[in-house]
Amino acid sequence: MTNKICLAAFIALFTVSLSVHAESKLNVVTTTEDLAAIAREVGGDHITVDSIAKGYQDPHFVEAKPSFILKLQKANLLILVGRDLEIGWLPPLIQQSRNSKVQVGADGYLDASLQARILEIPQVQITRAEGDVHPLGNPHYWLDPENGKIIAREIFDRVARFRPDDRSYFESRLNDFLNRLNDAEKRWVAMMAPYKGTKMVTYHRSFPNFAERFGLDIVGYVEPKPGIPPTPQHTLDLINQMKKANVKIVLVEPYFDLKTPNSIGRATGAEVLVMPPSVGGVKEASDYFKLFDYDLNLLINAMKKTSAN
Amino acid sequence: MKPHTLPLLLLFVITLVSDGSAQTSTVAEIDALRAEIVALKADYDQRLQALERQFAALQNQAQPAPPTQTPATTAAPPQTAEVPAGAQGAGGPGGQLPVYGGAAAGSKIFNPDIAVIGDFLGAAGSNKVPNPEPALTMHESEAAFQAIVDPYARADFFFSFGEQGVNLEEGYLTFPAVPGGLLVRAGKMRAAFGKINTLHNHVLPWTDRPLVTRSLMGGEDGINDAGFSVARLIPNPWIFLEATGQVFRGDSSDLFTSSKRGDLSYVGHLRGYQDITESTNIDIGISYSRGHNGSGIVDNLDLGRFRTTVYGTDATVRWRPLRRSIYHSFVGRSEFMWSRRGQPNGVQSALGYYFSGDYQFARRWFAGIRYDRSKRADNALLTDKGQSAVLTYWPSEFSQLRGQYRRTQYANGPTADEFLMQFQFSIGAHGAHPF
Repeated sequence: MTNKICLAAFIALFTVSLSVHAESKLNVVTTTEDLAAIAREVGGDHITVDSIAKGYQDPHFVEAKPSFILKLQKANLLILVGRDLEIGWLPPLIQQSRNSKVQVGADGYLDASLQARILEIPQVQITRAEGDVHPLGNPHYWLDPENGKIIAREIFDRVARFRPDDRSYFESRLNDFLNRLNDAEKRWVAMMAPYKGTKMVTYHRSFPNFAERFGLDIVGYVEPKPGIPPTPQHTLDLINQMKKANVKIVLVEPYFDLKTPNSIGRATGAEVLVMPPSVGGVKEASDYFKLFDYDLNLLINAMKKTSAN
Repeated sequence: MKPHTLPLLLLFVITLVSDGSAQTSTVAEIDALRAEIVALKADYDQRLQALERQFAALQNQAQPAPPTQTPATTAAPPQTAEVPAGAQGAGGPGGQLPVYGGAAAGSKIFNPDIAVIGDFLGAAGSNKVPNPEPALTMHESEAAFQAIVDPYARADFFFSFGEQGVNLEEGYLTFPAVPGGLLVRAGKMRAAFGKINTLHNHVLPWTDRPLVTRSLMGGEDGINDAGFSVARLIPNPWIFLEATGQVFRGDSSDLFTSSKRGDLSYVGHLRGYQDITESTNIDIGISYSRGHNGSGIVDNLDLGRFRTTVYGTDATVRWRPLRRSIYHSFVGRSEFMWSRRGQPNGVQSALGYYFSGDYQFARRWFAGIRYDRSKRADNALLTDKGQSAVLTYWPSEFSQLRGQYRRTQYANGPTADEFLMQFQFSIGAHGAHPF
């Protein structure tokens, strides 16, 4: 009899613990802070969001630290940038996570790139003679607010599927985010309109979507080829090219060394800007809106300055 | 695609479009579209016939004297498979994929990720021990095949092609999400003993392996055997803690020898990891391994039934500042191993260890040092010592050039001063960077 009571108590406790677990917040892990920022916009305080990479580190080269395995172990949903951006570090983390929910192809595995507008998808046979090229297209697609909206909708679909009771909450947050982003995008595009077609050089190919949306013309790269550090000959060629085309802006991601860009700046009179491609890249870019605010203000100030000279 | 698929597809799309805007479409517009489709179809048929003629002409060239000319219409077209839906949009190949050997449609898409890593080694200087590294050798060509098997498992194969033959370095199935939080692996694998025993040659920061691997772990391959592995994370509020248990057949280099089915060998490993700051972390482990050795085998009979037990500890400190992670890093590592080997002349108790430090001082440059010291497993009275200095240059992420100066003081021979040179290069799929 005592045993039966004990068993009943145990089952009751187990059921309670399960139901408590079921009502707990949805645990979302993202690979980058940009995806985390958008997930926060949609999920609000009904989800917890944690990013693996910091905004100020190179997302191609993140170390697969065991502490990230612990994050993934508890995740209900993993959101990744995709397009092979995380190919060097995410697969072993997923494999060691012991979490069936976030394995490739599972419901909790969301590749945010599948509906987004992706640029630079190779149309011909590619080889590594072209450097560390991304065969599935440029993975820096979040730097177009239109893609931000697409990512937000995808995240909404997924979190609403996991938490159907919270669907209307997520939906109202999604609509609010989309409205605010629409307004902001109009404002940003208007801000940039006078500078349409401004030529610039970037360190890595991180800004094609950004340039396309805001009408900038990227004419060269500090890297001779993706993932290949600057060489003296390429730097000289770039300086000549910039002088000929009167390029006055060099954009550098926060995780690259400034030595070569600065010498290019000195030789051409161009402004060298450390421009974060990600939320968290600098302290001021603390969410998705502030990232664009920061980057666009930085650019506009520099363009004003260089056009005044 | 069949010859008429494109016009039909166009017709279908246009029908859909015209359905949606039926009220606004005029009869004239529909007629114009119809005429366009007819023109397209005629053009398409014409092109197809031209292609068929070309194909027949090429076939005739390839077979100069056929007994009877094969009519072009009956020539078997090359086998092709449709690209799976979604692949094209996701940046995959478009159109048709060739299928060789008549395999099932789409088979190429599901081929495993393939990579080949070459390890070319050169050696100069004096070394009087038997069989030192030759002057030049294609030390190893490792072919890796990796893919997800099904929703429950993935498979990894690593074939090591030496100049003498082929060896299955590793080939195992991993079940990444078994209930109970277990990571289960079955197949031939490098045992989870310490740090470098788990690492393939091409990810080591040196051209060689430390003396302790050769002296106490049975040679370059270390503990590498067929068996099962089960690893579990131990939940606790403080650190990452992982326990691994492995059972092997009991045949591993010169370390373990199994003379009957029951002579299994066992490996246990406990790993603790903690981030100190976002740039610095510490990784420590303890290991245990036990199995039968070959010292008591006479005429293929294990008369002695001697066993070897190896204990190990390892510690790694890593530093990599996140804001400059591609330019600077440091890895300091040490492993101690203690072997107790039962032999006819009594138990040999041998200790060996190494210390190493590798500093990345520029995006493509690494410098490192290593100190080695190890007694020999079968004769603990003999102690070998070694010192190395290493310089590595990475032209890109996929190739590296390394030079190593190595001085080895052998217990029973003259000191060897050598310069080792290594080219490593990788082609194929982009593998994950080991941690």
